[in-house]
Amino acid sequence: MRSAALAAPPAGSAELVELGRWRTISSFPRRVGTFCLVELQKLSHDRSELVTRAIQPILWLVIYGETFNRLHAIPTGNVPYLTFLAPGIIAQSGLFVAIFYGIQIIWERDSGILTKLLVTPTPRSALICGKAFSAAIRAIAQVIVVLVLSVVLGVRFTDSPARILGAFAVVALGAAFFACLSITVAGVVLRRERLMGIGQMITMPLFFASSALYPVSVMPGWLKVLSKVNPLTYEVDALRGLLISSPAHLGLDFGVLCGTVVLGIAVSASLVNRLAR
Amino acid sequence: MSDAAVVGAGIAPGNGDLPPPAVVVRDLRHRFGSHVAVDGIDLTVKRGEVFGLLGPNGAGKTTTIRILNTLLPVQEGHVEVFGHDVSRSTMAVRRLLGYVPQQLSIEAALTGRENVSWFARLFDVPRRERRSRVDDALETMGLGDAADRIAGTYSGGMVRRLEPAQALVNRPRLLVLDEPTVGLDPIARDGVWQRVEQLRRSTGMTVIATTHYMEEADALCDRVALMHLGMLRAEGTPEQLEQEIGPDASLEDVFRHFTGGSLDDDTKGGLREVRSARRTARRLG
Repeated sequence: MRSAALAAPPAGSAELVELGRWRTISSFPRRVGTFCLVELQKLSHDRSELVTRAIQPILWLVIYGETFNRLHAIPTGNVPYLTFLAPGIIAQSGLFVAIFYGIQIIWERDSGILTKLLVTPTPRSALICGKAFSAAIRAIAQVIVVLVLSVVLGVRFTDSPARILGAFAVVALGAAFFACLSITVAGVVLRRERLMGIGQMITMPLFFASSALYPVSVMPGWLKVLSKVNPLTYEVDALRGLLISSPAHLGLDFGVLCGTVVLGIAVSASLVNRLAR
Repeated sequence: MSDAAVVGAGIAPGNGDLPPPAVVVRDLRHRFGSHVAVDGIDLTVKRGEVFGLLGPNGAGKTTTIRILNTLLPVQEGHVEVFGHDVSRSTMAVRRLLGYVPQQLSIEAALTGRENVSWFARLFDVPRRERRSRVDDALETMGLGDAADRIAGTYSGGMVRRLEPAQALVNRPRLLVLDEPTVGLDPIARDGVWQRVEQLRRSTGMTVIATTHYMEEADALCDRVALMHLGMLRAEGTPEQLEQEIGPDASLEDVFRHFTGGSLDDDTKGGLREVRSARRTARRLG
């Protein structure tokens, strides 16, 4: 190690502290990028999760999708049911990746990695934002697999690269929000088993109370209300709009998704100190 | 900040012109609910020294360390790191620190190099220096050859060396080691300490370490402080403390003297016990 860097006195000068403050703010996006890079590195060393997590969407598309495609029981206009379903299953894949993401932060807490991260000059909000978008990276990797599978099954998506990129952005925002939800639960329960239980408990209701499997118009009134406060509904709506050109409210969808992500980061960042103890 | 600098300088008498000490702790108290973990301690760590914080489990060592590295808030008292008040200039303090926690806390799914590079990025190591600083840190801890292996395949000793490598990539002015050699065989323990010592000599960084191993503290620390039940029972060079207890006393005897013989489970039994029994026998004639 070179000693030059240690030569300057670390004097308690106001300018140094001021400089530090500016660096803390200006380095925020870079820190988020660092967490995403680490997630990509982990993913590149072990891709088995991409395969095992692809099984469930295959079942939904092949068994459930194909069956209901024949039944014509769900009114999807002139869109084949499988095409209608695919964006829903894409959203679901992202949700399943993200909703258990809090386990990672509990694991990092138990193993001491979290305490080391918290001693670096990384603001709590940058740490959470980094974690949320790492979940997004993993979700996008998963979604690419599902996207390809759907095409193999005969689903016709848009061929506009911009719209596909837009769909990835939607998946990323959705995953970031559900990861924050998971981290918030992690910050409250602090134990892996409890988080698993709560994750299991909330995923299916989130899924069924969204427009992933059927249009909101066929839902009973109470479920319609639930679907309106469920961010997954807005994610699915945007994905249908972008991928299969269904009528969608892209402005509202992006607005809701961005808003919930900001809220999610704020709430879960406030719980980080609880995790640090 | 000028206030803090004056306070820091004031601790060591007659050196008003000198920069503040590495660490100044004054009247520090910390409670977890009704349990008092740290009960009013004062200590000063000089620049460039290796300072050992010793004590049985539950003595308050880890709590003290977690307060000075900004993980826990200062509830009562005052803590400064190189003149920075830890409760006010949190980020400034973090930039000066390298921290190795008690647990083995590396990311097993990444390679050794990725583990170190992750922290280099979080410590804002400039991009053009990153590669060489990461290599330096790995090389210093003797992990150059294993750098591109997945850390999950490392031996216990290698993991224990990867931890300081992550902390050192920041070129910290203060390296905080919480039980850095727990669970290692004596050879691996020496390996970790030798490298820390080399580094301290070449960079002049300050080291604070907690340890259960009294021989380690005896051999490696310039000064030690003994904590028991949240209070500081003794402070000085190992030689000073040993002489206070009596001729032939070891640091372990000092430890027993101040903690009422409550040595930890970790250090009970085995060779250590035999050695200490032999020493007692010798003393008694």
